Amino acid sequence: MAEPLLHLSGVHTHIGPYHILHGVDFAAPAGQLTMLLGRNGAGKTTTLRTIMGLWQASSGTIRFDGNDITKNGTPDIACAGIGYVPESMGIFAGLTVRENIVLAARSGPVDSARLDWMLGLFPALRRFWNLPAGNLSGGQKQMLAIARAIAEPRRLLLIDEPTKGLAPVMVRSMIEAFKALKEAGETILLVEQNFHAASVLGDTVIVMDDGRVVHSGIMSELVADKNLQRRLLGLSLDTHQ
Amino acid sequence: MSRSPAFPLSADGGRTSGSLLAGFLSSDLPRSKVLTVILLAILLALAATPFLFSGSLPLSTAAKICVFIVLVASYDLLLGYTGIVSFAHTMFFGIGGYGVAITLERFGATWISIATGLFVALFLSALLAIAIGLLSLRVRAIFFSMITLAVASAMAVLASQLSTITGGEDGLSFQLPVELRPAFRLLPEPVLGVAINGRLIAYYLLFFVALLMFLLLLRIVNSPFGRVLQAIRENEFRAEALGYRVVAYRTMASVVSALAATVAGALMALWLRYNGPDTTLSFSIMIDILLMVVIGGMGTMYGSVIGATLFLLAQSYLQVLMDAGSKTLAGIPVLPNLIHPDRWLLWLGALFVISVYAFPGGIVGRLRQAEQ
Amino acid sequence: MTGTTVEPSAPSEPLPRTRTDWLPLLLVPALALLALPLVGSGSTWATLTVAGLAMGMMIFLMASGLTLVFGLMDIINFGHGVFISLGAYASLLVLGPLAGWAQSDSVWLNLALLLFCILAAMGVTGTVGAVFERIIVRPVYGSHLKQILVTMGGLIVAEQAIHAIWGASPIPIPLPATLRGALIIGDVVMERYRLVAVGIGLVVFVGMQLLLNRTRIGLLIRAGVENPEMVEALGYRIRRLFVSVFVAGSALAGLGGVMWAFYRQTLTAGMGMEVMVLVFIVIIIGGLGSVGGCFVGSVLVALVANYVGFIEPKLALISNILVMALVLIWRPQGLFPVARR
Repeated sequence: MAEPLLHLSGVHTHIGPYHILHGVDFAAPAGQLTMLLGRNGAGKTTTLRTIMGLWQASSGTIRFDGNDITKNGTPDIACAGIGYVPESMGIFAGLTVRENIVLAARSGPVDSARLDWMLGLFPALRRFWNLPAGNLSGGQKQMLAIARAIAEPRRLLLIDEPTKGLAPVMVRSMIEAFKALKEAGETILLVEQNFHAASVLGDTVIVMDDGRVVHSGIMSELVADKNLQRRLLGLSLDTHQ
Repeated sequence: MSRSPAFPLSADGGRTSGSLLAGFLSSDLPRSKVLTVILLAILLALAATPFLFSGSLPLSTAAKICVFIVLVASYDLLLGYTGIVSFAHTMFFGIGGYGVAITLERFGATWISIATGLFVALFLSALLAIAIGLLSLRVRAIFFSMITLAVASAMAVLASQLSTITGGEDGLSFQLPVELRPAFRLLPEPVLGVAINGRLIAYYLLFFVALLMFLLLLRIVNSPFGRVLQAIRENEFRAEALGYRVVAYRTMASVVSALAATVAGALMALWLRYNGPDTTLSFSIMIDILLMVVIGGMGTMYGSVIGATLFLLAQSYLQVLMDAGSKTLAGIPVLPNLIHPDRWLLWLGALFVISVYAFPGGIVGRLRQAEQ
Repeated sequence: MTGTTVEPSAPSEPLPRTRTDWLPLLLVPALALLALPLVGSGSTWATLTVAGLAMGMMIFLMASGLTLVFGLMDIINFGHGVFISLGAYASLLVLGPLAGWAQSDSVWLNLALLLFCILAAMGVTGTVGAVFERIIVRPVYGSHLKQILVTMGGLIVAEQAIHAIWGASPIPIPLPATLRGALIIGDVVMERYRLVAVGIGLVVFVGMQLLLNRTRIGLLIRAGVENPEMVEALGYRIRRLFVSVFVAGSALAGLGGVMWAFYRQTLTAGMGMEVMVLVFIVIIIGGLGSVGGCFVGSVLVALVANYVGFIEPKLALISNILVMALVLIWRPQGLFPVARR
């Protein structure tokens, strides 16, 4: 097996006086969609933020494409080819949709083929192209946030709860968009609470609890094993759609 | 309002309950031998100044130290314990001074005038403090700093413009009640060679009121109320989440602090038998207070004693030293300018900046650290 | 629904309209119109309005840098006033050697002199700003309390340093010859220098707007004001951006300082701190971090001060506080609250 694109080993993170991550180990293989599951407060968001350098790991190493990026600054990590969509989406509300995209494309204007592809994934954005992003609905903002992350080719996408608080119809179109991204060969690390979405999309799965990885394996195996689900995720998963 | 027991209720060490001294100091002891000795020395020196030194300058310096201890300690309640920066502290100081000055000048030199003036001043201060707090603390603590600066400067302008009431730039001179005048003799004979006159009584009035105010402030910061303030300072959101109304607490703190500053202002005016923009209202006094709190030690209360004493002594004596230094360096460009006696603030300012970075606990913090 | 084809224009939901917030902008003309009957004479009103606009522009120059720095990095610099004073004193570097130009009858020579003063001031304050950022501000990121204290300390030290270098007594600086006096059109008296100030203020404001709205740097600054962390996560080094904005803000304060100094025609080390009160009022009114708000706030405060100063002089200096209180009661975050995070 080739070296995974992203590899965390023994990562600890402290936020102020709180010890959040207690030695996180996992790998995200290239070309796959890795689901990161776990209940609230398990440390999923902290893991993404630590990879992104927004919080410094206090020990352990994070390797990306063979390089140690543990101590790198956030801009360097982004430039290495990691796109990030935070849970809060991080939309610049005062900027137009276009300006949000323009800013995300660091190396110059987005070529029209890529733009068409992106706007094909998220057609709503085309209609609001020149409006302030603050006027978008929650789901549209989420689309913009993801579009921004793929405005340029990236090696890895870190996406934090893209379906959170969305209407079912929005969740469905979001799932379609992720399927399209998978087909395009993107490597994605996706934090998700919606088990239905996770089970449809995930290739591999990592489950976290209390700042540690408690399970990692193939998504389809977890989907098949109801007992394992109950033990890991602590609830009878009625797969609400 | 519900009080959660989640905050630690006792400071580390020094819980010698039962002891009378601990009672006076609200169980918040100096926690450093050197500090204890210095504080005792300052207390004794201030108590005995009239008998230790002759002439009016030492007595005036001592009186000023007493007033500034209260002023600085009340500022520490805001800055050190609540974690908000106000630039309106001199405004309340000035209100106290003007309150007493205006009534004594208008309605005659009686104790009733003093009481009336003080009462009105306290009322006005409380009102202003509440208004400023509600207008600015709702949004962000940083608004408070800017708005206090703006309001204080407007008040200073107002005081100099309403010259029919405040005496404008010239200020107000007034008579004190008979018992406080230099000509008044409490005892016919001098004690230890010092005449027990009205001036002496005025000094001890200042001294004891200041002492009382200081102990009161010490009690307040060590009360449950004070603990909540510190909890808010440490983590505003956590305190809010625990059910404390942060804005209400901060506003209360700024009211208490304003009232104490008002009393200090009244004391200052009584001692000087004069009140004007330069003695209580000017922005340079505000800067002085900041320097005293930070150099003495924020959030320690005792820091105000050390800071005020050190600063006011430096104001009188450092300048003499610098004058001598400046004269010896005459002829060299710029350098004599830097240690010109008027430049003493330059060096205190630098010390201030270094203090904020390197010793956030000021002198008191250093002393306490040294003994651990 | 398929995700791969471009949806034809089938707006099942109506397009949300862009909500431009006009109300605060209308405040200025409304105020000017309201003042007209109170002032009485039209020509006096025009004179007051020009004077107010000039003052507003100068305050804007001094305040704009501060509000941007705050918005971008959550840093409040109480020592900003020092750059105003320093800029004013730096004009002496030009006024000394080029004293002849000030006496010249040529408008162009006079304006060139003013321009050189401005360039000198911006150079000096920009440089000092970079140093100030490095040694005073950088160690205290994240703590407002320490920022206020340390920048205040920096202010004390820098003010004293000005005393040590240029002396403690006020220094007169006369206006260049052709900029003195007034232009009289009909009954309306307009001081020439004020017109120059309005011109320079407008040029800077328009320049800033173009920079912020038409360039990539401007885009980055606007995004950074909203969410600095996300800008970093998109791969931009916000630190570098911040240092440049801090330097630019200091240089603008220097520019404002020169304009202010010629307006007062005297230099004192404390002149920056005196005007800082107005600067703070203006950025609070405008909404911390908003350049447009800062502009509207500056004009508003200056116009009110001028009108009230004419109608009821004793109230002029507290009128600012009243304006601020009214605005905050209406909008507690200022006229144009900046969306954050």
